[in-house]
Order: sequence, then structure tokens, then C-alpha cells
Amino acid sequence: MSSHDHTDGKLPHEPEKATLEARNKILGFWIFLGAETVLFGTLFAAYLALRHNIGDGPSSEELFQLPMVFAATMLLLTSSLTSVFAVQALHHHNKKSMLGWLIVTIVLGLVFLGLEIYEFREYLHEGHGFTTSAFSSSFYTLVGFHGAHVAFGVVWIALVIGQVLKKGLTVVTAPKVYISAIYWHFIDVVWVFIFTVVYLMGKVAV
Amino acid sequence: MDWLTTVDHKKIGILYLIAGLFFFLIGGLEAILIRVQLMKPMNDVVSSDTFNELITMHGTTMIFLAAMPLLFALMNAVIPLQIGARDVAFPFLNSLGFWTFFFGGLLLNLSWFAGTVPDAGWTSYVPLAGPNYSSGHGVDYYVIGLQIAGIGTLLGGINFMATIINMRAPGLSFMRLPMFTWAIFITSALIVFAFPALTVGLVALMFDRLFQANFFEVGNGGSGVLWEHIFWVFGHPEVYILIVPAFGIISEVVSTFSRKRLFGYSSMVFATVLIAFLGFMVWAHHMFTTGLGPVANGLFSIATMLIAVPTGVKIFNWLFTLWGGSIKFTTANLFAIGFIPTFVMGGVTGVMLASAPADYQYHDTYFVVAHFHYVIVGGLIFGIFAGMHYWWPKMFGRMLNETIGKITFWTFFIGFHLTFFIQHFLGLLGMPRRVYTYLGGQGYDDMNLISTIGAFFMGIGTIAFLLNIFITWAKPRNAAADAWEDGRSLEWTIPSPPPEYNFKQVPLVRGYDAWWKEKMEGKTAMTPSEPVGSIHMPSPSILPLIMSIGLFIAGFGFMYDRLIIGGIGLAITLGCMVVRSLIDDHGFHIEPEDQDEGVKA
Repeated sequence: MSSHDHTDGKLPHEPEKATLEARNKILGFWIFLGAETVLFGTLFAAYLALRHNIGDGPSSEELFQLPMVFAATMLLLTSSLTSVFAVQALHHHNKKSMLGWLIVTIVLGLVFLGLEIYEFREYLHEGHGFTTSAFSSSFYTLVGFHGAHVAFGVVWIALVIGQVLKKGLTVVTAPKVYISAIYWHFIDVVWVFIFTVVYLMGKVAV
Repeated sequence: MDWLTTVDHKKIGILYLIAGLFFFLIGGLEAILIRVQLMKPMNDVVSSDTFNELITMHGTTMIFLAAMPLLFALMNAVIPLQIGARDVAFPFLNSLGFWTFFFGGLLLNLSWFAGTVPDAGWTSYVPLAGPNYSSGHGVDYYVIGLQIAGIGTLLGGINFMATIINMRAPGLSFMRLPMFTWAIFITSALIVFAFPALTVGLVALMFDRLFQANFFEVGNGGSGVLWEHIFWVFGHPEVYILIVPAFGIISEVVSTFSRKRLFGYSSMVFATVLIAFLGFMVWAHHMFTTGLGPVANGLFSIATMLIAVPTGVKIFNWLFTLWGGSIKFTTANLFAIGFIPTFVMGGVTGVMLASAPADYQYHDTYFVVAHFHYVIVGGLIFGIFAGMHYWWPKMFGRMLNETIGKITFWTFFIGFHLTFFIQHFLGLLGMPRRVYTYLGGQGYDDMNLISTIGAFFMGIGTIAFLLNIFITWAKPRNAAADAWEDGRSLEWTIPSPPPEYNFKQVPLVRGYDAWWKEKMEGKTAMTPSEPVGSIHMPSPSILPLIMSIGLFIAGFGFMYDRLIIGGIGLAITLGCMVVRSLIDDHGFHIEPEDQDEGVKA
């Protein structure tokens, strides 16, 4: 039960799973992601039900610009890869490299957010406001929820970096790095669905 | 102060119990007012507006603020003990879950003082609940209060799933778990996969109301049926979130007081899993009359009727457990035995309602009201009463008075059937639900009077239970560890009430009904699975309380368009998360020499 067993310089190969508390956290987090899946599933369902109800506003075909969304997708997918590198560095107990990759991940996430804000601004100029139509409300809610998750993830990973800097890489901090990486992958997977269901289907398969 | 910062699951259980009973009383009072209004034709005790508020708040309060917290009380009090764990997986989240539930419930009920109460029914159907038809802040209280309370429920679900998977004592495999633990495991899974749908529904409704979104605004392309789908995709599993724990409690109580092993244990487990699975497949049976078409109605009819099969398995297993047992008619067992026929009656009307063509006839009549009260009061509340009488000595170290207990049972049981049995016939005669009064001479008069009298009997039963608690409080704490002498699972192997760390040494489980097995082999204690050692405990924290207050403030801010106040509230909550992340908290250890000192609740 003690969380101090392995802190004397000798980390096990997978330090994120060394204690019961850590295993609880990882399991609990997977369960939480189950709940998040239902959350996004419901948002997707609402969007799919309402996406043709554009009222007087622009349609998805008129709005979406695939090149920019594709760029955003590539950024986010790459950030998933860099977070994998961070976890690999964790397994090699290479703190410096781990922190480096985490920072790259955050930066990619921030650029993605910047692109999203730019995209939303463009849409607003074209008369696609939050209150314009059922399509616009459900679009901003779904994509905005995802964006909020990205923003939350950026802050979270930043705090985890702060903890690692303060306490070093231990059996207490390792699971936090690991879990934040799982969260980041989850956000990425959700985006893949948004890219397909919202943007590709909105542009091509109307 | 101790109670505000506690992360001990047993104390959190007691907090849930107190808060749940408090809201149960409020919800009960609302029910009595409803029944008084309907006592005679063209009555005018309350106005039509107040009546709408009463039925909305009665339904919402009873489901979210009374029934679920009382279940969480029993879960917290019992589950870690039954699986031989020192604590739950996430003690901090456990505390946070309680406080968010409490402040969410408080927010909802403050609407009575703000003079603008939710009045669109507990299902909050749009467009009635939309900004055009409910222009005051009433439905905002519903949306935001439930949202905050829902966070707590979700945290509890995650916590108990992780606890049961990861923290079982050595030897306690899944197919040796006590039935109550199984039930809570399944319930937790249902919570995790059902509540987020409600979250989204409430967010969408909130956006519609506060920020002029168009999810349900038909004029701008929104859809009212979408709300029904989202609500019932959560709402139907919710019914099983409520009843499955009651199944678990009944299994424990019936088996203990028949002094027999639970009949058909593995079929019980699989029946529970199957019920939970089917629970997700049947939500549209609440929507037969919305016009989904014959194919959808047919499929959802059949799926709904299928649930009767595993439920029947459970009913027969309880009967076979009782069969030939040396039955003790304690209050707990009376409630359990009373549960069985009552729940069967609720199930039979459920199959009737599941038939889509017949449902066109029953829809929105008192028949439906009678059905779901048979299931929820006759099932869940009987189960909770059984569980509270059964585990009271374990939670508080005192036995509840059996004589008063029997008065509680008989008044509540008779009152219940008096209230709701007759409502089936009111419904078949065509009395609509949700309507604040009716004309005389339609054959409704006498039956409504009888129903109201029954409601008062239930009130008396509840008061008897509260009296029992107060009388018991004055008595010494003298309950034995194995208070009923026939305990079967691990919670009966440790003192009543249990010490802070539950188990001095985590026990080694050697079979189903772990404690019974040891007793039958003449042992007087469980074999420990570890030597006596220092026990690591989490430290108490005030943060969960502050975080919940932050959400509470934020809720008010957003409701009254004071975005700055809303922002401050959210900042408090997020700030607490940052603080928690930056400050080290290693907890503390209880050394072996301190473990024999005083027993704490």
C-alpha cells in the first residue's frame, strides 16, 4: 500500500503501474473514458439529427474548408505520436526527454486550438453564429466540447510537467504522465470521428 | 469540521444517509400535498401552477435526491466491507461526489425560496421546458441543479467500479462476490454509461435556455423528439440504476434471514447482467405515442418484454431461497418478503405497458403512475428500508427497535398498496396524470380519497422510522460484530461500527459466503491474508466542499446572467484542482500499536 517503496532511485520498468493507487487511477480513468465516450456519442447523435436543419444560415458544404481542417487533423495526430514518445521516455526513465516530448505535445495542441479559433471566427463572418440554426448550435457544441477538452488537456499536461519538475519522476508522478497521455489519445480519437462525421460528411456526403 | 473534511467511506455513507433522508422527507411532503389536492374533485388546496411545481419537484427530488443518495449511503457503508477493502479506490473523489450531489440538490430546492420553481415535469419535456413556455428561472434550477448533482453520481459510479475490480480481498473472485456487491458493480456500470447522456441533454437544454441555442427550438430546426431520445437513453437505464441495488439488498437479506445460501447464485449474477444490458435497449418504450412507427414500436416492445425473463429468474431464486429455510421475520426481512409480490405486480403492469398498442390506451393515465410507483416505491424503497434495517447495526453499532420497525413495515406496506393499487383502476377509467384536478361524478372520487388515505399511512410509516432512529440514538452502542448472528459476508467479521481502517488484517476468502463458510467449519475469525502492519490512510481534505461550493456559485451566476459570478465560481473549483495537483499529500499511517485504540464510526 505504501507509495514510498520504490522511490529510492530505483524505478520499476513501468513506474506508472507500481502501486495500487496508481493501478486504481489508471483503471478509474479508463472507466471515465467510457463515460466520455457516451458523452461524445450523444453529442454526435444530436449533431447527426440536426445537421441538415440550417434555417437561414449557411450549410456545411458552403462553410467547411477541408485543407485547414486537414492541417488541424495532422497537427493533432502528430501530437498523439509525441505523447507516445513521452511515455516511451518514461519507460526508459529518461525524464529530460519525457518532458521535452510533453512540451512538444502541448505546443501542437495550442496550435490546433489557434487554428480552431481562427476557423470559428471565419464562420462567424459568414453568418454561422451559435444561434443561427439547429445545425450551427449542434456544430459549435460538438466541436466546441472537443476544443474545451483539448484546452483542458493542455492545462493538465502543463500541471503534470510542473509536478515532475518539482518531485522528479517517481511512482507518484509516473501514473499522472501516463494517464494524461491516455487522455490525449482519447481527444485525438474523438477528433478523428469529428473529422469524418462533421467535416468529410458535411463536405462530401451531403 | 471533521464531517466536512472526511474522506472515510463510512462517514460519507452516513452523510449520504442524512442528506438522502432529508430530501426523502421533502419529496414525501410534496407527495402528500399532491394527494391532498387530489383527495376530492375540484379541490383548491393548491393552485394549478403550484401543482405543476409540486409534481415536478416530487419526481426530481425522489429520484435524484432521495433514492440515489440513500443507495449511495448503503454502497458506501457496505461495499468496501463486503469485499475486504480498507477503503474505496478514490476517497477524495468519494467526498467530492457527496458534496456535489448535496449542493446540486440544495440549488434545486432553493428554487422554492426564489419563488420560481421548475414546473415542466421531472422529464422536462421540450418545448414545454424551453424558453418560450417556461420563461422564468424554474427550469434553469432543474437544469443546473441536476447537472451539478449528476457530477457526484458519475464520480460515485467510477469509484465503485474501480473499487470492486481492483480492491477485493485475496481469494474473493468475481463469482464469490456477495450479491449486493455484484448489484452495485452493475449499477455503477449503468451510471457510467447512462449519466453522460443526461449531461449532454441538460447542457443542450441549458444552451437553449441561456444562450438561445436551437437544439429543441423547432422554429429554427431543432427537434423535440431529440430531447425525448436523449432523456430516455439516460432515463431508462436510470430505472435499473435504482432497482438493481434493491435486488442486491433483497438477495442479502433473504439469504441471511432464511439461514440458507442464496439459491441459484450464478443465475442471479447473469440475470443481473442481462437486465442491465437490456436496460439500454428499451428506452423508446417511453415514446410509443410519439410516432416512431410500427417497426420501432414492435422492436422496443419485444425488447422490453424480454426483461421479464431475467427478472423472473431472480424472483424464483428468492422464493427458492426462502423455501425450507428457517426464516426469521425481522423488520429487514419483512420488507424483503413484502418486496417480492409487490415487485411482481409492478413487473406485470410493466409487461402490459410494454405492449405498444395497449400503451396507446394507458399512456399518460394513472395506470402509468401506479406502475412506476409499484416498481420504484414497492421495489426500491422497500429494498432501501430492508437494507437500512439490516445494516443499521453495522453502520452505527446500535440495533434498531424491532417493535417500531414492525409498525413501520405494516403502516408503510398497507399504506403503499392502498395508495397505488387503486390508481391502476383510476388509470383504466381514464383519469389523466399531471392534471391538478378533476370533475366529480366520473367514478374517480372514492378511489382518489382512498389513495390519499393510503399516502398518509405511508407518511406515518416514515415518521415511525425516524422515531426509531431517534430512540435508538439514546441507546448504548452494543451491537455485536455479527449483529444478526447469521451474517454470511465479510462485513460481519469486523466490529460494529467498524474501525477507521476497516480490517486490521485483510482476510483470506476461501469460498462464496466467506464468513458463513468459516463459521460452518467452527472458526471464530477469518484467516488473515497478511501480517499485522502499518496501515496507510488518505488524509482528510476540505477541497471537495470548496469545489462544490464553487460549482454552486457558478450555477447561480450563469442562471441569472451574472457571468462574472459564474466565472468566479468556476475559478474556485478549477483553482482547487490546481491546488490539489500542486500540494503533496501522502496521507498518514496507523501503526499496529494504535490499531487497538477506540473504535471510530
